Amino acid sequence: MMVLPAIIFLPLVGAAAIALIAPSRSTAFKPVAVATSAATGALTLWLMAAFDKHDGGFQFTQLADWVGSAGISWHVGVDGISLFLVVLTGLLFPIAIVACDPPHDAKAYYIWMLVLETGCLGVFLALDLVLFFLFFEIVLIPMYFLIGKWGHANRKYAATKFFLFTMLGSALMLVGMLSLALLARDYGETGEVTFNLLELKDTAGELPTITARWIFLSFALAFAVKVPLFPVHTWLPDAHTEAPTAGSVILAGVLLKLGTYGLVRFGLYLFPEASRYFAPLLFTLGVIGILYGAVVATMQRDLKRLVAYSSVAHLGFIVLGIFSINIEGIEGGLLQMVNHGLSTGALFLLVGFIYERRHTRQISEMVGLQKAAPVLAAVFTVVMLSSVGLPGLNGFVGEFLILAGAFVAHRWWAVVAAAGVILAALYLLWAYQRVFHGTPDEANRSMPDLSWQEKLMMAPLVGLIVFLGVYPKPVIERMEPAVVALIEHMEQVEGFESPTVGDRPEGSFEELRALLGHHGGDEGEGH
Amino acid sequence: MGALVDLVWLIPAFPLAGVLILMALGRRLGEPRAGWLATAMMGGSFTATLLVFIGLVGHDGDERAIVVTLFEWVPAGSLAVDIGFLADPLSITMSLFVTGVGALIHLYSIGYMHGDEGFSRFFVYLNLFAFSMLMLVLGDNLLLAFLGWEGVGACSYLLISFWFGDEANASAGKKAFVTNRVGDWGFLVAMFLAFLTFGSLQYGEIFFEIESHGVAAGTASAIVVLLLVGAAGKSAQFPLHIWLPDAMAGPTPVSALIHAATMVTAGVYLLTRMNPVIAEAHGWVPDLIMWVGLGTALMAATIAVAQNDIKKVLAYSTVSQLGFMFVAVGSGAYVAAIFHMVTHAFFKALLFLGAGSVIHGMDGDQDIRRYGGLARLLPLTSMTFVAGWLAIAGVPPFSGFWSKDEILAYAYAENKVLWVLLLATAILTAFYMTRLVLMAFFGPRRWTDETDEQAEADGGERAANSLPRRHPHESPWTMTAPLVLLAGLAVVAGVLNLPFSKDLHFLETWLEPALFGNAAHVPFGGGTKWILAAVAIIGSLLGVSAGAAVYARRRIDPARIEHPFLARAWRIDEIVTAFMGGPGRRAFERTTRFDEQVVDGAVNTTGTLIRRAGTRLRAAQTGFVRSYALGIAIGAVGLLAWFVSRAGF
Repeated sequence: MMVLPAIIFLPLVGAAAIALIAPSRSTAFKPVAVATSAATGALTLWLMAAFDKHDGGFQFTQLADWVGSAGISWHVGVDGISLFLVVLTGLLFPIAIVACDPPHDAKAYYIWMLVLETGCLGVFLALDLVLFFLFFEIVLIPMYFLIGKWGHANRKYAATKFFLFTMLGSALMLVGMLSLALLARDYGETGEVTFNLLELKDTAGELPTITARWIFLSFALAFAVKVPLFPVHTWLPDAHTEAPTAGSVILAGVLLKLGTYGLVRFGLYLFPEASRYFAPLLFTLGVIGILYGAVVATMQRDLKRLVAYSSVAHLGFIVLGIFSINIEGIEGGLLQMVNHGLSTGALFLLVGFIYERRHTRQISEMVGLQKAAPVLAAVFTVVMLSSVGLPGLNGFVGEFLILAGAFVAHRWWAVVAAAGVILAALYLLWAYQRVFHGTPDEANRSMPDLSWQEKLMMAPLVGLIVFLGVYPKPVIERMEPAVVALIEHMEQVEGFESPTVGDRPEGSFEELRALLGHHGGDEGEGH
Repeated sequence: MGALVDLVWLIPAFPLAGVLILMALGRRLGEPRAGWLATAMMGGSFTATLLVFIGLVGHDGDERAIVVTLFEWVPAGSLAVDIGFLADPLSITMSLFVTGVGALIHLYSIGYMHGDEGFSRFFVYLNLFAFSMLMLVLGDNLLLAFLGWEGVGACSYLLISFWFGDEANASAGKKAFVTNRVGDWGFLVAMFLAFLTFGSLQYGEIFFEIESHGVAAGTASAIVVLLLVGAAGKSAQFPLHIWLPDAMAGPTPVSALIHAATMVTAGVYLLTRMNPVIAEAHGWVPDLIMWVGLGTALMAATIAVAQNDIKKVLAYSTVSQLGFMFVAVGSGAYVAAIFHMVTHAFFKALLFLGAGSVIHGMDGDQDIRRYGGLARLLPLTSMTFVAGWLAIAGVPPFSGFWSKDEILAYAYAENKVLWVLLLATAILTAFYMTRLVLMAFFGPRRWTDETDEQAEADGGERAANSLPRRHPHESPWTMTAPLVLLAGLAVVAGVLNLPFSKDLHFLETWLEPALFGNAAHVPFGGGTKWILAAVAIIGSLLGVSAGAAVYARRRIDPARIEHPFLARAWRIDEIVTAFMGGPGRRAFERTTRFDEQVVDGAVNTTGTLIRRAGTRLRAAQTGFVRSYALGIAIGAVGLLAWFVSRAGF
């Protein structure tokens, strides 16, 4: 199947095309960028439609020798775990590209955006460790330039911090990856080095426990920085706040998921024992992130920074779900990755729209915007309520599954984490009140409402926010076979039983009536 | 007949359609058509409820629990939750008064919201609220009920802060939502525990599991206590009641619909719905529900005595009446709880709408100290208000008497101390409502309708009195018609469950299938019942005459009764606010500083140290070959020495 390479490289082709356009034809860059990212998005939609929802394995796989002598292959494929992250990427990029124009250097800007898209898609689709690492690292470069060149006042600091922080993690991961491939060679049938994920998943389980744990840690640290987990999260508020709007949308919507996706795909899959061993550490950090991120978000004075800190809290939920290591928790986590991408992506867009109009992100300088821009306020309300986890909107389903899964596995952590829903309401509603409520002063009164283009950009996001809240089944049922397969693989390697709930009761009101009638006699007395 | 019950999905579908149409076309429809559309949707919903009710009556008594499933909502792992409706006597009883009272309040709002720039937006929220409330009531599982539960909370937030230009309204909306979220935490955890215990969130399956396999009393207790936390949030019970008085910032129809008749009863509904779990819990759990209810009822009644804002009086009265319902639930008197919920919906909606009519007539003034003598100027409003007053005061044969009397009887059977305190609360209720009616509608006018010129002509003496100038006028028919209808209901709703003969226990017989034999029954005969009823009547008359003695005949100075401690609502809200604004805020600020200085500080310090180390090391890179050679030589010697020492000659 050629569809996955097409999805991965189509944006890169677009980038090359833009590079070839003469710099003088400055109006030509954006249409090319929009067209290629939209075509990529269409391809991801086709992928979703063609995806076999009953198959828990990898589909559309393509395997070719690449650097054969080193055991490195071109191996791509998609399963229920990665499918919707690919679709999310395919959806968010065109929206981000259309919605925000760079103030200068349009050519380079669009090239970097498209290279970034190729990197993100590659990460989600790669099934070879080296290939994965390559894409994982490629992502850093365009993001570094997007922040450093088109960002806000403190962009240099933020870009460097983002780059160094993430590099630190991935350097360790590289060491872990190499040791894994070399050490696992002894347990393979061929005795040759391979970086193929599907082969490593069997041999990795044979490694000595301590070794596997160390290697897991090297992976986990790289992903923890990317997620980010407390206490390695401080690059996030700076990077998100200083990045241009499109950069923030992609950072929050897609890039953070590289970390959580990596934890599922490589952490749980390759190291079942170590995952379980370190699970208490990781979900404890997740729970800390939920509460800590929310508390710090509450006190922010910068609206964009507030949204950035809310990501720390939301990603904490996702990590909690993943390390519950049961179907409900992991599915909730995966679903929440998509949900967070939609709602936080939308929030960053809205904050960007406000910034373009008011040229400030300071909450204290905004007041009564709902009077000036009722449509913007209405859209903000829906997205905010989704982020708060209001049932009927997408955020709730994921959050509920995560907490239900976590409760089954480690109930007290879930009880504490559930308090995060109170704090989420606090920081978002308070921010909304300060920015949108009240009577607008001179500076805020004349702020224009959303233009039709902006409404058009928000429409698919808001539509999905509602749709996935009411009918998440199409997503969940495509995830489930892959998650079941993952858990079965872990159980088989590790010989443990994933914490689950007993069977659904096989009776409802009718059977209940029969039972009550059977008991008979002792009721309805006492008059 | 079964086919009629299958229409249950139509009940919430009507208001949902209203929301969608108004979101698309609301501005174009404008005033008053947007309001009429929303009202028509509620009428349709009410009609659908009637049809389902007729269909349900057609079934045999013990087959009146029909589940209509639309589609799978959250199917993940062993969790399977449907969008499905449960039509049973409890849910349809709730739906009947939610849609009925809801339709009337929609109609009223057309008049009340006249001229407001957010006219159509108001009706979007109102229909959305009705939809959420009906999902809460009709959902066949806890998660769907939670969808409605949070939905009504969100609508409540949107409607309290409807006039968002004023900072106080915005704050009140946020406070309501966040306080409710504290309760929702309890609801959430209760669901997790129920899921873990029963493997399902569907009522039918949970109850079946309890009946067939049983459940540990400790688990059942935990579930109920957690649900109680949720119920206390939504139904404004101590200590989570603090949001409701502030919620009066919303437009008055909202206070009537959401914060009196429907949403705030959701907690009582939830606990009633979960009666099979309560039945399995430890004995102290229902007692806890009971005492929380009693404490709240008594506290709120004392506070209501000292309030001067007409809506605040009614708000605390609502908190207090909800306390009565909690007492009923705690003593197993589920029927009495629902009975009182229905009568309360009628008379409290009536009182709030009446208050709205008065406020409308008094140009937005809500302070009863500036009212007086309005009876003649607002004849319909005051007559209907009087009906509501007699109903809530518990004067027979008005509806409130019958339902309150039933709760008192069960309280007596449960615990004599409880009964005495509850009776005291009932007396207080009669007292503060009498105060309100006398101060608003009777006695001297504490305002003037004279214009400045007239006052001048009078010699300026009256003008010096500086009485506020008002021009009270009766409201339009869209507002008075609901008042009249509700007044009629408030008078006669007692017939739902008259105590005289078992044949007259309509509500009790009707609700029986939903209670699975868990409802308590008064263990004493007619004689005691009559004596209790007589005591209750004497009690309410006592309250009324005490009110009259103080506020009509001025036998006692009101200032001696309206103690500042009561006026400030036992200072509970102040303490909470002081805590949140003081230590709470400081803790948040400290955490934020910790993040900036310690966590991020460590990162920046590392960066700085590395840069400094780099600068130092750079000195070694001199570029002179001889110094490198020296380094290599020293290194080689060192290595050699190390190998030699390891060789161990």
